[in-house]
Amino acid sequence: MVSSNEARAASQARLAGFGFALPAVAWIALFFGAPLVVMAVYSLLPLTADGSPPQLSLKAYHDFFGQPAYVQAIWNSVVTTAIVVAISVLLAYPFAYVLATKLPKRWQRFALACAILPFWTSYVVRSYAWLLVLAPTGIINWILINLHLTERPITLAYNPNATVLGFVHFFIMLNALTIYANLVQINPRYVLAAQDLGASAWRSFLAVTLPLSVPGMAVGAFLTVVLCIGDFITPQILGGNKELLLPQVIMMQIQRQLDLPMASVMSLVLTVIVAVVYLMVQKPMRMARL
Amino acid sequence: MNFSKTLLAGIALLALAPAAQAADTLNVLTWCDHEDPALLEPFEQANGVKINFKDIDSTAAILAVLGQSKPGDWDVLVLDQTDTGRLVGMKLLEPLDAKDFPFGNIPAEIADPKLSSVGGTLYTIPEKFGYNTVAYNKAAVDPMAMTDINAIWDPKFKGRVAMYDYYVPMIEYVAIALGKTPADLTKEDLPAIKDKLIALKANSSMIGDVTTVQQALASGAADILVGGGEWVTAGIAADNPNLDYVIPTQGGVRWQQALAVFAESKQKDLAKKFVQYIVSPEAQGKLATSSCYWGMPANSKAVLNDAQKAILRWNDQPGYIKVSHPYLQMTPDFDKALQAMWAEVLQAK
Repeated sequence: MVSSNEARAASQARLAGFGFALPAVAWIALFFGAPLVVMAVYSLLPLTADGSPPQLSLKAYHDFFGQPAYVQAIWNSVVTTAIVVAISVLLAYPFAYVLATKLPKRWQRFALACAILPFWTSYVVRSYAWLLVLAPTGIINWILINLHLTERPITLAYNPNATVLGFVHFFIMLNALTIYANLVQINPRYVLAAQDLGASAWRSFLAVTLPLSVPGMAVGAFLTVVLCIGDFITPQILGGNKELLLPQVIMMQIQRQLDLPMASVMSLVLTVIVAVVYLMVQKPMRMARL
Repeated sequence: MNFSKTLLAGIALLALAPAAQAADTLNVLTWCDHEDPALLEPFEQANGVKINFKDIDSTAAILAVLGQSKPGDWDVLVLDQTDTGRLVGMKLLEPLDAKDFPFGNIPAEIADPKLSSVGGTLYTIPEKFGYNTVAYNKAAVDPMAMTDINAIWDPKFKGRVAMYDYYVPMIEYVAIALGKTPADLTKEDLPAIKDKLIALKANSSMIGDVTTVQQALASGAADILVGGGEWVTAGIAADNPNLDYVIPTQGGVRWQQALAVFAESKQKDLAKKFVQYIVSPEAQGKLATSSCYWGMPANSKAVLNDAQKAILRWNDQPGYIKVSHPYLQMTPDFDKALQAMWAEVLQAK
């Protein structure tokens, strides 16, 4: 039987836990929950020509899903993000693996510092820097022309591939960090045990290290989705408007007409996509293990 | 004072602190070309007032700022004159009297009441204009070829064309290329314009905003800029003498910006005085050659030297004005249709 003192202590502990969580809950409610509700309400109040109070309606949803170019932007955003996630994880993994398992500790710090260097410059500067490399007058075309490999500049910038490149440059390092953080937590004895039982290095990697590093990959992939699918700057600077991603279409609604209801609909679509991705990866993420 | 009182006081201060300022201050929502001290200081000194400006870049930005302000926070605004009707419809603008402004020195086409008035009442005063036509690098492109509006579709320029990403002048420019009169455009015209724009996109290397396309033309990443004009080339003429623009023989598009007074302004007399100052010959010269971007002053008496007039093609203006069409006067519904069509163009493979 639980004594009254123990019950009181448990109740106090619960209260203390609630107290500690309160600031975080309030923060989320104020800066995520409330704006989401405001956005949802806005999406139901379509723009009126004279600025008069609108009536509740699904018109903005109807207009958005009735316009193929806007729906195409959802697909473009999802495909671009998927490509960026796949390339970033694939390239980040070997880097993180070598960093975590092959490099001496003192070199690991140096390599990690190099890994986070791209985070020190702003998004805009980084994207314009890529233009200097990829533009018709950029470094690569200058080299190709001077080596007489081409007569006229080849198209490297201002297309969806340039957008993917700009994203991948940033997200490789983000993924390398999350995967590295996961790999260094894996007990090396698991691999030794597998090899003692006759597994080759490759087999022990596939059967032990890779499955145990899935949470690091999943967290990196999820962060990549969140940051990539909502980004406006990189596609705007590097993509040359050759195809539109959803954040660009959202900006179109704001820049000319301040059509907040339509922009809200599109932003809610983005939020739903991120939520679905979260539901898909929450199990492999196993946040508590990181 | 305890924590809760401090917090409440802080919240109250935040709520009461407007972006605009009140005493001895004229609050102006303006584009970047009105922000040079050389333009503003003479008015400030003459009237013992400080200009508190907020940089905006579109009518949507004006509406966004107003949404965050109290009525009367702002006194004067700069706007794309094509949006006069839209803002009047929202009851935001103060009626003005033509007698207070130098309309006698403003070319008739620029002073057209269709652009400045609603229901016979004047609301906006034209102050600066220019063109969305074709800018080019004459070291790489034959200037004669550019006088034909259809040259930009020529396969020999494939990959060397940049397109300005503002759909209103771009759609209008292509309509002119198709032989249509912009003012008469209807939704029935849009499919043909869309096809023509998609063909232009296929011939171009990029579609970008002001900064991107100007940089592309200046750096040689593009040789031709569709939608460009003096606003791209004039300000950087000293460093890039090969950059030029032309209005094709078939015509071009004319942008036109204007000044207006907010209906809710609490200092309308001072606000009107500021508008009068900006359209005065001295201020017009400074506005035309702003450090942000150049453009033709609306007042033909603007104080400019010969070199500045040459860069602005002063003597060509009567002919340019005649063959250029102002921005479309649109209903919100038609504007949305154009925007949706532009999105289709950008999505086209």
